Amino acid sequence: MKVKVIVTLKNGVLDPQGKAIQQTLNGMTFDNVSEVRQGKYFDIEINEIDESKAKLQVEEMCKKLLANLVIEDYKIL
Amino acid sequence: MKSSVIIFPGSNCDRDMDVALKKFGFENQMVWHNDAEIPKSDLIVLPGGFSYGDYLRCGSIAGKSRIIKSVIEFANSGGLVLGICNGFQILTETGLLPGILQQNKYLNFICKNVFVKIKDKENKYFKKIKKEVLELHIAHNEGNYFCSKDELKSIEDNGQIAITYCDHEGNEYEKNNPNGALKNIAGIFNKDKNILGMMPHPERMIDPFLSGEDGSLFFENLIESL
Repeated sequence: MKVKVIVTLKNGVLDPQGKAIQQTLNGMTFDNVSEVRQGKYFDIEINEIDESKAKLQVEEMCKKLLANLVIEDYKIL
Repeated sequence: MKSSVIIFPGSNCDRDMDVALKKFGFENQMVWHNDAEIPKSDLIVLPGGFSYGDYLRCGSIAGKSRIIKSVIEFANSGGLVLGICNGFQILTETGLLPGILQQNKYLNFICKNVFVKIKDKENKYFKKIKKEVLELHIAHNEGNYFCSKDELKSIEDNGQIAITYCDHEGNEYEKNNPNGALKNIAGIFNKDKNILGMMPHPERMIDPFLSGEDGSLFFENLIESL
């Protein structure tokens, strides 16, 4: 089955790329954009038919590799 | 004294480090990232570069490579482990050092000489260096040191801040902070101070004709302290 994961920066952690994207959007006439936060998206194909087992495994992957919990949060979709 | 420099795919300061270590008397060996064990060493160095193309996060893939298990064992048994630049990033990703190196605040790759202040001399890395301020070279895109407030308090309380960015007199002004790092941090220790991660490259400052000699002071002290 396929499991989707989104990794985002925690609130309050500086995101210079998001800031640059926001400023560019503002310059492109999208001047009502007040903040952009950039994140990562993972599509994980896993050979497991039991959804809860798969998600448990992906949870471990997030903690050990996909996200760095010092600055990032993860969400399994 | 025996040292080992680990080579990851994408390391590019490994040979400079090899030259520097040998110049100051180390018997150095190069160790491939996919080896299972590290030969007997007094010092392990994780060199600068772009291990695994900086995929996912800088140092994250190298932090799970085959050789890392023995680096962690060596470090946990009190062995000296030095991470320079990408090596510092790898040490934070393995959890051997607290915090993380984020992208530079102003999104630029920085390549220049900087001054750093030695904050602690009760350790083998800086013990006998007579200077308080060193001129070293930095070259990185992710050197912006960050950790939680609690973690910062803990590393300050334990004297784990090794070096900070400063001016030539040792003043740690914000304008001397090249990348936005918390408290101008350029390098930190673990609690026992046998592990050091730092962004500046001492191996690039060992020849007066090419750059400078403050890196020489670092290696001279290291071989004497061991």
